[in-house]
Amino acid sequence: MKKIALLVMAMSSTIAFAANKDAALDAKALTVIQRDFRDKGIAKVDRVKQDQVQALCTQYRDHPPHALQDKLEKEQLAAVKYPADGKLMGDWKAGEKLAQSGRGLTWTDKEGDVVGGNCYNCHQLSPKEIAYGTIGPSLLHFGKMRGNTPDMQKYVYGRIYNAKAFNLCTNMPRFGHVGALTESQIKDLVALLLDPESLVNKE
Amino acid sequence: MYTRIILTLALAIPCLAIAGDDKSAEEIAKYREMVSDGNPAELDEMRGEELWKTAAGTKKASLEKCDLGKGAGVVKGVYAELPRYFADTKRVQDLESRLLTCMTTLQGIPEADITSKPFSTNNYKSDIEGLVAYVVGQSKGMKMAVSLKHPKEKEAYEIGKRIFFYRAGPYDFSCATCHSENGRRIRLQDLPNLTTNIGAQRAYTTWPAYRVSQGLFRSFQWRINDCFRQQRFPEPVFGSELTVALTLFLAANANDAVYDGPAIKR
Ligand code: HEC
Ligand code: HEC
Repeated sequence: MKKIALLVMAMSSTIAFAANKDAALDAKALTVIQRDFRDKGIAKVDRVKQDQVQALCTQYRDHPPHALQDKLEKEQLAAVKYPADGKLMGDWKAGEKLAQSGRGLTWTDKEGDVVGGNCYNCHQLSPKEIAYGTIGPSLLHFGKMRGNTPDMQKYVYGRIYNAKAFNLCTNMPRFGHVGALTESQIKDLVALLLDPESLVNKE
Repeated sequence: MYTRIILTLALAIPCLAIAGDDKSAEEIAKYREMVSDGNPAELDEMRGEELWKTAAGTKKASLEKCDLGKGAGVVKGVYAELPRYFADTKRVQDLESRLLTCMTTLQGIPEADITSKPFSTNNYKSDIEGLVAYVVGQSKGMKMAVSLKHPKEKEAYEIGKRIFFYRAGPYDFSCATCHSENGRRIRLQDLPNLTTNIGAQRAYTTWPAYRVSQGLFRSFQWRINDCFRQQRFPEPVFGSELTVALTLFLAANANDAVYDGPAIKR
C-alpha cells in the first residue's frame, strides 16, 4: 500500500517535472521568436504576435479540446461580415483570375498591391488548370455537387471569409477576417465555386 | 570543367524553357541526370575554396584556422555534424553562424558587412554562400550525425520544434502548414513532410543547392529565409538562435541519412 502511494507520488512528480520543463521550453521558444525577427517591407515583426486562435492551435498542435474549439469557432463565426446587400455571388471570371494569383502579403509585395486568393496553391478548381496544389481538398465540380442554394452561398462566403469559423485549426487562411480579400473579391470567388456557368462546374 | 558545365547547361536550358515555370518531378529528374556530371554548384565550391584559403579582413588572415567542429582548419565531414555546440562561443551554431564567428574573430571583418548581404543575387556574389558551397561539398557521401548530447543541443532541438509548429501572421501559417503531411504540393511543387525522418532526410541532405530557376547557389539559411517569406512572416535574423534551432531540428531529424549536397533544384 505504502509502496503504491510512493510510486504514485514519484510518478506524479516526474509528470510535474516534465510539464515544468515543457513550459520553460515554451517560454524560451517564445522569447527567441519575439527577438529574432526584423521588419522587412510590409512584413513587420508584430506579425509574430499570435491571436487567440493561433495561440490555441499552436499549443494543441491543431487538436484543441472540443469545448474550446466549439467556443472559439462560434466567436469566429459571429464576426463574419456578410454583404449588406444580401448578394453573395459575383463574377466567376474575376474569381478565376483571383484564384490564380498567389501574390500578396509577403515582404517582397508592396503596400497597396492587390492580394491574390492563392486558391490554386492548395485546391483543384477548374479542370483546365492542372497546376493545382493539394493542401486542401479538390473543389472541382463544387457547385454541381453541392448546389447553389442561398444557404450554400452563405456557407461558401463564410468559409472564404473565415475558414476558422468552421474548423478552428484548418490550414486555410481567414481571408476576409484579416482583410486580405474584400467583400467583392469574396463574392467573385463564391461565384467561381457555385455559378453553374463557372469553369469549375461546366462539363 | 568550366566548359563542361557550361555545355551541359546550354543543352539543358531549352528543355527547361519548354517545361515552363512549374516542372513536374519527372522533368527535374531528367534535368538532374543531364547535369549529373556537372552541377553548377561546383563553380561556387571552387570560389569558396579560394575564399577559405585567401587572407582577408583587417587581420589579413585566411580561414584555415577556423574550427567548424572538428578542429582548426578541418573541413572534411564537418557539415554532417552541424549544427553543434561550440564551447568557445557557448552557443549552438550552424555552418553559417560559425563561419560568421570565424570571419569576424579571425579575419576582423565587421559582422554587419556580412549579415547585411548574406545571399547572392544575379549581380552580387555573397562570400559566405561561396564558403558554404565549399564546406558542404566536403561532407558529400557522409552520414548525417548531429549530436543531441549537450544540454544546449537538446534545448535547441526542442526550441526548433516549437518554432516549426508556431502559427502566426496574416495567413495563420507555420512551417507545419506546408510541411507536415505526406504527398502534398503547392501548385506543382512537391512539399516534403519534414516531421518524418524520411521527409527530413530527403530534404536536408540535398541542401544547400544550386537553384536552376534562379541560376544561383543557395545556402540553408536562404532556404529558411525564403520559406518564412512564403509564410508571410517578417524576416528572420541571419544566423540567429531562431534559424539555428530550426536548422538543428531538421538536421537531427535527418540523422543517419547520407549527405548528398550541394544538390541541384528546380
Ligand atoms: C493554405 C491552404 C489553403 C488555401 C490558400 C485555400 N484553402 Fe480552401 N481549404 C483548405 C483546407 C485544408 C480545407 C479543408 C477544410 C478544413 O480544413 O476544414 C479547405 C476547404 C475549403 C472549402 C470547403 C470545402 C468543403 O468541402 O466544404 C472551400 C469552399 C474552400 N476551401 C475554398 C477556398 C478558396 C475559394 C480559396 C482561395 C481564396 C481557398 N480555399 C484557399 C486549404 C486552403
Ligand atoms: C506557404 C508554404 C510554405 C511554408 C509556410 C513553408 N514552406 Fe518550406 N517550402 C515550400 C515550398 C513551395 C517548397 C519547395 C520550393 C521549390 O520547389 O522551389 C519548400 C521547400 C522547403 C525545403 C526544401 C525541400 C527540398 O527538398 O528541397 C525545406 C527544408 C523547407 N521548405 C523548410 C521550411 C521551413 C523550416 C519552414 C518554416 C520556417 C517552411 N519550409 C515553411 C513552401 C512552404
